[in-house]
Amino acid sequence: MGAKKASPDLLNSSFSFKSLKLKTKQQELLLRVSILGLVYVLAFIARLFSVLRYESMIHEFDPYFNYRTTLFLTEKGFYEFWNWFDSESWYPLGRIIGGTLYPGLMVTAALIYWTLRFLRFFVHIREVCVLTAPFFASNTTIVAYFFGKEIWDTGAGLVAAALIAICPGYISRSVAGSYDNEAVAIFALLLTFYLFVKAVKTGSLSWALGSAFGYFYMVSAWGGYVFIINLVPLYVLVLLITGRYSMRLYVAYNCMYILGMLLAMQIRFVGFQHVQSGEHMGAMGVFLLMQVFYFLDWVKYQLNDTKLFQTFLRITVTSAILVGGIALGVGTASGYISPWTGRFYSLLDPTYAKDHIPIIASVSEHQPTAWSSFMFDYHILLFLFPAGLYFCFKRLSDATIFIVMYGLTSLYFAGVMVRLILVATPAVCLISAIAVSATVKNLTSLLRTKQKVPQTGSTKGVGSSKSSSKVTLDQSQPFQKNGAIALLVGVFYLLSRYAIHCTWVTSEAYSSPSIVLAARGAHGNRIIFDDYREAYYWLRQNTPTDAKVMSWWDYGYQITAMGNRTVIVDNNTWNNTHIATVGRAMSSYEDEAYDIMRSLDVNYVLVVFGGVTGYSSDDINKFLWMVRIGGGVYPVIKEPDYLVNGEFRVDKGASPKMLNCLMYKLCYYRFGELVTEYGKPTGYDRARGVEIGNKDIKLEHLEEAYTTSNWIVRIYRVKPPTNRL
Amino acid sequence: MAARNWIFAVAVAVFLSLSTFSSAQDLQIVNAERRIDLSSHIVKAFLTLKVENIGKDPAADMLLAFPPTQIKNLAMVQALAVMGKKKKKTYLPLDVKPSEQPDAPNDAGYFLVSFATPVGPGETVTLEVLYILTHSLEPFPVEITQSESQLVYYHDSAVVLSPYHVKQQTTFFKTPSTRVESFTSVEPANRAGKEIKYGPYEDRAPYSYAPVIVHFENNSPFAVVEELVREIEISHWGSLQITENYRLTHGGARHKGVFSRVEYQSRRSISGSSSFNALLAVLPPRVNSVYYRDDIGNISTSHLRTGFKKSELEFEPRYPLFGGWRATFVIGYRVPLEDYLFEAPDGRRYLNFTFGCPLVETIVNKLTLKVVLPEGSKDPSAVLPFTVNQDLQVKYSYLDIVGRTVVVLQKDNVVPTHNVPFQVYYTFKPIYMLAEPLMLVSAFFFVFVTSLAYVHIDLNIVKK
Repeated sequence: MGAKKASPDLLNSSFSFKSLKLKTKQQELLLRVSILGLVYVLAFIARLFSVLRYESMIHEFDPYFNYRTTLFLTEKGFYEFWNWFDSESWYPLGRIIGGTLYPGLMVTAALIYWTLRFLRFFVHIREVCVLTAPFFASNTTIVAYFFGKEIWDTGAGLVAAALIAICPGYISRSVAGSYDNEAVAIFALLLTFYLFVKAVKTGSLSWALGSAFGYFYMVSAWGGYVFIINLVPLYVLVLLITGRYSMRLYVAYNCMYILGMLLAMQIRFVGFQHVQSGEHMGAMGVFLLMQVFYFLDWVKYQLNDTKLFQTFLRITVTSAILVGGIALGVGTASGYISPWTGRFYSLLDPTYAKDHIPIIASVSEHQPTAWSSFMFDYHILLFLFPAGLYFCFKRLSDATIFIVMYGLTSLYFAGVMVRLILVATPAVCLISAIAVSATVKNLTSLLRTKQKVPQTGSTKGVGSSKSSSKVTLDQSQPFQKNGAIALLVGVFYLLSRYAIHCTWVTSEAYSSPSIVLAARGAHGNRIIFDDYREAYYWLRQNTPTDAKVMSWWDYGYQITAMGNRTVIVDNNTWNNTHIATVGRAMSSYEDEAYDIMRSLDVNYVLVVFGGVTGYSSDDINKFLWMVRIGGGVYPVIKEPDYLVNGEFRVDKGASPKMLNCLMYKLCYYRFGELVTEYGKPTGYDRARGVEIGNKDIKLEHLEEAYTTSNWIVRIYRVKPPTNRL
Repeated sequence: MAARNWIFAVAVAVFLSLSTFSSAQDLQIVNAERRIDLSSHIVKAFLTLKVENIGKDPAADMLLAFPPTQIKNLAMVQALAVMGKKKKKTYLPLDVKPSEQPDAPNDAGYFLVSFATPVGPGETVTLEVLYILTHSLEPFPVEITQSESQLVYYHDSAVVLSPYHVKQQTTFFKTPSTRVESFTSVEPANRAGKEIKYGPYEDRAPYSYAPVIVHFENNSPFAVVEELVREIEISHWGSLQITENYRLTHGGARHKGVFSRVEYQSRRSISGSSSFNALLAVLPPRVNSVYYRDDIGNISTSHLRTGFKKSELEFEPRYPLFGGWRATFVIGYRVPLEDYLFEAPDGRRYLNFTFGCPLVETIVNKLTLKVVLPEGSKDPSAVLPFTVNQDLQVKYSYLDIVGRTVVVLQKDNVVPTHNVPFQVYYTFKPIYMLAEPLMLVSAFFFVFVTSLAYVHIDLNIVKK
């Protein structure tokens, strides 16, 4: 609009610098766009620490699977990808990749790759994968801006964009190289929520349609979509209960739910879960309730008799609830509706996984969150969040109700599982942004009025009520200006601390690829331990192409992606029994383990061992989980056999079973000859700080095939059975 | 073995009696001295021949013969004519090319050496011949464990195979260490330290052959590059980008059984003595942006020393290479354009770069060298001192529309002696350099114009 008005001026008057001068509105727009642009760039470059510190590489475990599938997708095309049966993992079962993954991430990366190639940018697919997460994080900041604008104002939007751009809770899973589902899912999540809130606010079909597509994208990208399909109905329910039912809500929810559900069914991994799984039933219930509400509204309009309507209401509501309850009961009893999964239970009840599903409890990112990590990931947002809630409640609207509910529920889940801090981060940023924006706005308006009142006086005919209130404020608080300045300085100090904290956390804590380990040497120089890749590349180059490698499931994805060899189990923990078999082999004596390995056609066994370097997340420290998971299926394996007085030890005091199980033997084979630390006896385990208990390990059925330069990865060859002549 | 040699000798004799060699009769070798260096896996033989023309006509060329087992492993033959006397010796490189002889006994291979000036009757000429054999050391035992050292066989003849009469000759074999398990004795033959001497032998008839086997220890790195693809991309904006894809293997005795890290790191002198874990690449001076990586990422074990004459890149594969183990990796670097690209007098441009493999003491089984010319170049032609297979391809790189012409040069069995300059000529108009920037500029311009238009156009049907 502003630009339009400016152009006739330019045409009419002769050229002058005055006409170039921007109007306030234009200035504001320019400022806003440039701030957003800077935030966009900032969000991207803050995530490049990992590339600078290490290299452009894929991080951690799951991203390797995603990278491998993306590579397959770009090489073989979409249909091959969709029908891919992977015989390289879960030997001898295999895995139907197309039907057991969320393809959103891979398709997104492949589309970016194909677009770039079409535009004649011949980049490597790895670079695309590495930079997908930062790119989507940048896009998330834009969505956060619009979301903030929708629930509060443009100022809050800008602050929200800036906060989310560098919030460690989000950065932890979106640095360059962390090519995981969450990278695009948070963008999709926030987009869906934003579009839905917009749809509720306007009652427009097009926004609701957009939100349905956002939901579809989310479903295609991450299992966390369950959060959307439960939060949105809950939100609708709350609106219904608080009497905020409207036609806008009706249109938004029905369109979003029906279309979103139909679209989501196109994802093979999700399939008919929307109508068959207990986790999705809430949404359907609310959908039906919505129809009842609409029907009642219509009846109320037709009847014009309050008493009659009351009775009718009672009958309809009871019968609706009854019918719904019976349908749910029958569905559950007949097995048509599947019960809640273990993961879902463990979200509602944090202690559930520990008792029932060790395989979920064994993952470090599924642990309940410690206070310190909240502080680490949110910093000042943790204090701004309640303040923001206060502002939200003060100006309650459909949109603020939504963000409050999103914030509170996700924060609860974040408390249950460490990794779900990620889901809560956008809400926390948005609500904190409201607090910051509202506070700063109030304070600056106070400052401005003080300056303006004497200048303009009564000449400017502003709204009388406004000016009078300012005048009264001036009179009541004499130190207001100084106080406001002090508070503003405080706010800026806090925000700058936040920025410093975020930068520090990103560079120090969240940019490690965990494949390559870095340490400081005695002279302050940087030492790189690249043992994982050394071992995987050795496997890739020097073993038969059809070799089967047995390792604990953590390394499965990496072995298939980097080592290009068949694995028995991997990080897609779909078959607990199979994993338990590997756990059992690792915790048995060598000859028993040999039988298991023979039955699984294992050629190589890979263990991770940190005793030489002091790397603590190795297989010995994970060993108890192998015992637990193995013991969960095979009762022969008993946890107490490996413990001494309830204590896990590897030194001389360890239990005999522990000292002779396969994992112990493979980790410490010939370790007893080695001096690891000056002044310590041979066989001193630096990761656990003890001298090992069994230094004379003989292997009968296996032989050392390769050990990396720092002993972190050890690979053993399973010998063929000896001739029984 | 003996029987086969007998047959060979008989066959030679039969051939000798049946056929007449037109040129063979005219020349005779007065003295032949051969020094065969077996210290690395590239066998280098230095042959000094004193040739006399005993015929009536001047001889313009002479033949060098090689047994069929050697001819397929022969990487290179060079010949120099020695001019002048002892103190003021000068060497004149002679033209050597493979030649087919219809009546070659037992598939012997030939190289034809053309003299600088025809050798008149009764004249003598001294030649220095260097020939290089690859894959000629046969590991025995074929498989060794980590603690054993590597023993190899070398098969050759005690006398020089020649289509001419040889009056006097001696052959020396130089082994890398004093450990020689055995060697065939053809009297007079003796060993002193690292040297085995065969001869002197007097008056050997043409095509005399006396097979010998030397069995000795050789722990030098048997670094064999199975395939090397070097890509040299010319950018007229000021640099040459070179990318080298290696498929390296240890070509010696195969490793068997365990690999023990304890042994390897604590008893380095006796453990894995035939393995190698460090390689040296000699790169051009003024090299920059050097990287060393493989399919799964960067490899951090490398050091670069830059100098005025050459740069040295010392690097280690991810793991030590034992017999039969493989490693693939990529080395890339950039050099300034002005050192390698010149303008010929006829207006064409030419690239002057080094052929071969930058790794020292390695054999390359198959070398493919691709010179990617800038987009819009025409009439490419390559000039090399030896024969290679040539081909043209098209490659698409950043912002390419028509693609870049790629000159593909392919050669098998390449040794470090092949690291000689070669030239690729092409024509190029500098205006093409502006194509890509202009494309980018116009793309951005288009984006801004559309956004400008979008802001100013009111697409609403209903006026607000």
